[in-house]
Amino acid sequence: MNRRGSIAIALWLAFLLACVWLVSRASFTADLSAFLPRSPTQEQQLLVDQIKSGVASRLILIGIEGSDPAARARASRDLAARLRSDPRFLHIANGETLGLARDRQVLLENRYLLSPAVNAERFTAAGLRAGVEDSIDLLATSAGLFSKALLPRDPTGEFMQLLDAMGNSQRPQMADGVWVSRDGQRALLLARTRADGADTDAQEAAVMALRAAFREIAGPGLPPTIHLALTGPGPFSVAARATIKGEVATLSGLGGLIIISILLLVYRSPTALLLGLLPVLSGALAGVVAVSLGFGVVHGATLGFGTALMGEAIDYSIYLLMQSERAKDGLGEPRGHWVSAWVASSWPTIRIGVLTSVFGFASLLFSGFPGLAQLGLYAIAGVASAALITRFVLPHLLPVDLRLRDVSALGRRLPVWVARAGRLRGLVLMLFVAACAVLVTKRDAMWNQELAALSPVPAADQALDLAMRADLGAPDVRYLVVVSAASQEAALAASEHAGALLQQLEAAGVIDGFESPAFYLPSQATQRQRLASLPPDAELRRRLKAALADLPLRPDRLEPFLADVAKARSQRPLTRSDLDGTSLAQGVDALLLPSTGRWTALLPLRAGSDHVLDAARVRAALAKTGLAGVYFVDIKGESDRLYQGYLREAILLSLGGLAAILGLLLATTRSLARVFRIVAPLVVAVAVVIASLVLLGQPLILLHLVGMLLVVAVGSNYALFFDRGIEAGGISPRTLASLLLATSTTVVGFGILAFSSVPVLNAIGATVGPGAILALLFSAILVRRT
Amino acid sequence: MIRPALRLLAAVLLGFSLSAQAAQFTVSQLMAALANNKHGAASFTEKKFISILDQPVESSGELLFIAPARLEKRTLKPKAETLVLDGEVLSIERRRQKHVLQLKDYPEVAGMIESMRATLAGDRKALERIYHLALQGNRERWTLVLIPLDAKVGGVVARIRIEGTQDEVRTVEILQADGDRSLMNIQKIAAP
Repeated sequence: MNRRGSIAIALWLAFLLACVWLVSRASFTADLSAFLPRSPTQEQQLLVDQIKSGVASRLILIGIEGSDPAARARASRDLAARLRSDPRFLHIANGETLGLARDRQVLLENRYLLSPAVNAERFTAAGLRAGVEDSIDLLATSAGLFSKALLPRDPTGEFMQLLDAMGNSQRPQMADGVWVSRDGQRALLLARTRADGADTDAQEAAVMALRAAFREIAGPGLPPTIHLALTGPGPFSVAARATIKGEVATLSGLGGLIIISILLLVYRSPTALLLGLLPVLSGALAGVVAVSLGFGVVHGATLGFGTALMGEAIDYSIYLLMQSERAKDGLGEPRGHWVSAWVASSWPTIRIGVLTSVFGFASLLFSGFPGLAQLGLYAIAGVASAALITRFVLPHLLPVDLRLRDVSALGRRLPVWVARAGRLRGLVLMLFVAACAVLVTKRDAMWNQELAALSPVPAADQALDLAMRADLGAPDVRYLVVVSAASQEAALAASEHAGALLQQLEAAGVIDGFESPAFYLPSQATQRQRLASLPPDAELRRRLKAALADLPLRPDRLEPFLADVAKARSQRPLTRSDLDGTSLAQGVDALLLPSTGRWTALLPLRAGSDHVLDAARVRAALAKTGLAGVYFVDIKGESDRLYQGYLREAILLSLGGLAAILGLLLATTRSLARVFRIVAPLVVAVAVVIASLVLLGQPLILLHLVGMLLVVAVGSNYALFFDRGIEAGGISPRTLASLLLATSTTVVGFGILAFSSVPVLNAIGATVGPGAILALLFSAILVRRT
Repeated sequence: MIRPALRLLAAVLLGFSLSAQAAQFTVSQLMAALANNKHGAASFTEKKFISILDQPVESSGELLFIAPARLEKRTLKPKAETLVLDGEVLSIERRRQKHVLQLKDYPEVAGMIESMRATLAGDRKALERIYHLALQGNRERWTLVLIPLDAKVGGVVARIRIEGTQDEVRTVEILQADGDRSLMNIQKIAAP
């Protein structure tokens, strides 16, 4: 071993050690973060906050199915009781009216602070009269049975008003004292976790605690048919992480096994196999390290992509092992000689191939979509290090007497096939035209424009989630007014202002209703104003007498009312801590959140039965008020817009990547004709693959686009060899055989991803797998004949 | 041989029951007569006498009964309210709000509302689950008095007095445990 060799190997080992150390410290995730923007706009930031830690992100929807209604109700009560003592959950609701007595007491005692109907008008003689008349009318209805007891204390009906306002949101159906689905076949519970929805580890702990609690209560005395169904952002991201983890392990293992089998079959030498894998494994490590350093966290889907990269990066060592002249000359050839021969003949082509791949992937680095940028960085680091190690380290490691299986028999047959393949040019042209026709006619319908397209959650689970949400009347929290303010008080005050506008929109039928933290805890200013509108005792007596003049209620019956008002006048405004232990506190806590020194209030809007609002009208109405720090967010609309932005950006970046590759090819070949010949088979391959996917009814997502770019970046390696072969007067049988092997490993590496249920991986696999085969075939067919 | 014997038996039984009716109108007979009504629509006026008010509050609206288990009470004045009892599910709509309750979760309310439905349906079993029944008068003018057996129902209702003629209910008077009282007059609407 010469000196240069020792240095190269030493550097490589040091590099590997560093990589291993860094990988051991890297953190891995499989949550939604890969899909959220890196540098969000204001609206996107609100969206991201909601997705990561908003009210909806912490909700777990629980369904209990199977067995009979009574058993389900019992299970619901037992499960809720267990979970209520678990600190991982802030709140468990299943329809039981537990804190009702305390709620009613707080509402009743503070009704003059809380009731939106309380103002100076309400306590004029006319206002009092109107309130009392309403209350008397209410006695005539079925509610009278309950309301009459309160009439002496609350003749203006503030308490009933409050109860109505609190219960304004749609309530789930009840059976046996607990919430059930509309068809009655499922008991329903709603859990709110302490942890953010984006904290997948904590969500996993919550989901496991939930399942364990259910197993414990289901064990004794409950029929075995009874079972649990969990949905919501938390359970979904936990399941998605498990799916990604499982599939990455299985698919990587399977892909690796197939690639190793193919290589072993061709090489017939375990030594050659091991040596050939070294650059790939080093490259994979380098990729993970690069992503970890560049992004701080490595996404599971990026690792999954590593499998595919293995198939691509192994190509370089295949070229080295199979193309070197050594095999022909047999033993005794000094290693320096054949390595330099390979470097002279093949390396320039491989180098351009590596560069085109790097250029292609580099365009992804600029994506605002972290998932894509990670893929790009991983691929660049992986491919570049694999190529460099193949070129500078691997030759020094090859034993002098390394013997591969002689593939020249196959190699000699290949040129004959390539020569015959020329006859298929017409067919390829026809395929291309047909593919273009498909793409042109379906161009508008072929893209899936929704962020949900990237979600690894199975459609059945999403449907279950929707059904349970509808039954629970749980806010799907698609539409939100978000208030950001410097203090809690300011956030509440702004919520009240926004609420006044939303009430107008509700009256106009634009929205169906809304919630606000200020319903549960009005701002101090509003509370003080309400207190100020309560007249002093003597004045109130005078007005009450006038108000009741011709009503069937004598003022002397209302002494309890006068006492309550007098007491209220000396009250302090309520603060959050006064509400402890009530459902009012839960309402405030869910909708009013501290966030990095500021306060955020959330006002979820309810849409009508079709679940869609006139978002433009709400936005315009809010804008007209000129309220600062008040935003309207359409979560689904915003996330779909976000995704469409990614898609547009990805199209631009892909075109940019393509242009860079073309530029590179032009710079090295200095011939437009040669560039055309290299690229034409790739373009045809991409067109045919995409058209086939469209014809198969597969809606295209962002990652299909990335796949297309990869077909060009990967396929160009093969086309380059054909091109160089033609320039050199013919492709050697050995080169052809190595190309065939290189393609098959690439096809396996990418193709295996097509079996993934994770859309991100599936899309790349389904595009690049077939695309790589077609790129090789078309290159062979379209190669220039001399 | 057997036929004449049966006829004889039937005649005896019929004669016996006729004579019994003449002597006393039984709960069974009343229930059988009421059970014949498969469908009924009526208008009602209701007066509630409440101790703290100097005058009764009046309300009015429509009643609709569809055998065996659906009862609708649509109050139109002074405040619109719709109460629908269907099977075991009670839904109440008032002030743009709808509440859906399972009857068995609210035994007090269930007791009051079942008195009405079970009477209209002629469902003696359902009535006797909750009340002690006492019938006075004859087929042309009868009074059925219901006294709650159940303590929960008894906490709200002291006595229910239903008056009618033949298979029609005319008035329902509910005396509440706290002394307040409601009186509902029912006027049958001729079937269209």
